[in-house]
Amino acid sequence: MLKIDNLTANVADKPILKGLSLTINPGEIHAIMGPNGAGKSTLGYTLGGRPGYEVTGGSVDFAGQDLLELEPHERAAAGLFLGFQYPVEIPGVSFVQFLREAANAQRKGRGEEPLSGGEFLKLAKEKAGLLRMDMDMLKRPVNVGFSGGEKKRAEMVQMGILNPKLAILDETDSGLDIDALRICGEGINAIMRAPDKAVLLITHYQRLLDYVKPDFVHVLAAGRIVKSGGPDLALRLEEEGYEAVVQEAA
Amino acid sequence: MNVELALPTRKDENFRYSDIAALGTVWPIVTEEIVVAEGAEQTLQIVETGAGAVARHIAITLGKGAKFDLRVLTAGPAYGRIAVDVRLAEGADFTLGAAQLATAEETLEIVTEVTHAGLNATSEQIVRTVLAGKSVGTYLGRIAVERGADGTDAEQSVRAMLLERTATANARPELEIYADDVKAAHGCAVGELDAQGLFYLMSRGLTPPQAKRLMLQAFIAEAFTGAAGEEELSAAAIARLEAIL
Ligand SMILES: Nc1ncnc2c1ncn2[C@@H]1O[C@H](COP(=O)(O)OP(=O)(O)OP(=O)(O)O)[C@@H](O)[C@H]1O
Ligand SMILES: [Mg+2]
Repeated sequence: MLKIDNLTANVADKPILKGLSLTINPGEIHAIMGPNGAGKSTLGYTLGGRPGYEVTGGSVDFAGQDLLELEPHERAAAGLFLGFQYPVEIPGVSFVQFLREAANAQRKGRGEEPLSGGEFLKLAKEKAGLLRMDMDMLKRPVNVGFSGGEKKRAEMVQMGILNPKLAILDETDSGLDIDALRICGEGINAIMRAPDKAVLLITHYQRLLDYVKPDFVHVLAAGRIVKSGGPDLALRLEEEGYEAVVQEAA
Repeated sequence: MNVELALPTRKDENFRYSDIAALGTVWPIVTEEIVVAEGAEQTLQIVETGAGAVARHIAITLGKGAKFDLRVLTAGPAYGRIAVDVRLAEGADFTLGAAQLATAEETLEIVTEVTHAGLNATSEQIVRTVLAGKSVGTYLGRIAVERGADGTDAEQSVRAMLLERTATANARPELEIYADDVKAAHGCAVGELDAQGLFYLMSRGLTPPQAKRLMLQAFIAEAFTGAAGEEELSAAAIARLEAIL
């Protein structure tokens, strides 16, 4: 589904990703862990096509397409979803208005019929319900005045509505209270656990992985994947810290 | 009827950023006089979406306790000038909500002169300007509070959004206060669309023009909030934004 080969990328002319390779197959859940500043969010933004994240080498194949050739909205229509570490506030634009336009723009990009207002609201209600989010919150301006945890939950509602093939979730667990963590974990499973879908979880803690069990865990340090393993690698990291694991890999 | 005869030049402060050649094609301007009697209420909606040149001068006199709600959308003319003079007697209230949307070589301007002549009158002006291409958008807003017009409350909120750096926004708020106990809030700002917000919207599947239109729709919304013709104004503005983007 996703094949990243020797990817290098600069942010503000500074090399951040330094030859990163990673392959994700349909049906798999991968977790990326790594120290602050290692380049985890940079990887997410680079895959999402954020302006200012300049690819200087390597390749990314997404479901048979050259991902790096696509504009951000085309990546979304192709089935990529980026859950933001810091979701952006957009005053004056309501979630429902924005998400309906987004869902229909994606459908148009794929040559599908648009959703009517009623169909969209039904879908939004269902996904908000899944994440136990009050529909009234979706009538508010995008993320404005939302608490940190509410923003993360709203990201998952968006994922539910947009129904991507591959979700890259950047620290979705940070800011969530204990109950919200479980609800979001179960939401991710409900929305993304399928033979034709895949998830890349970026996280610092085992707690999310207790709910969303990864098939593979990778350590990203200084712009590269320095170690990969099974679910037990996350447990080992939690006990021993990055330093020991990163040094051992070097 | 009041007609100004000589074509102004750019040396005239009120025409400093005007497209004088275009103005000449519609000169002279006949002043549209509106008088609102004591305690009466009136609304006016000006929608200029045609091409070509348009210049209007409206003089509004508000009697004691009278209210006037003026909404303006200029979106389409190669040259568009809306000049409004308002004189408020005691306790009168004036609202202006205006949006001007320009692209290419268009020049749009709104010029207001609001005079508080009596006690405790209130005025609120919201002006939003969106500029693409090499367009020029101007707001000149003068507020005069005359001697004795104590308790005046005059607010101005003026913002311009540049979609390209080749566009030019001019804003000049002016305050002249000869009374006591006056509240006069004014702010003007020129900005660009938030790049982070745009990427967020596009990462969800909106095309670049859709993402920009959504943010601009939000940017100008305040100018039309509460207007009798709010929906119609918004629809006309959105149509023009879609054409510009
Ligand atoms: N706009 C920028 N200008 C300069 N450096 C930047 C910019 N954006 C990111 N960086 C740098 O890139 C590096 C990687 O940042 P990134 O956000 O990808 O880290 P991360 O692994 O997600 O960290 P965290 O765990 O703290 O979220 C950091 O050293 C950061 O300072
Ligand atoms: Mg990060």
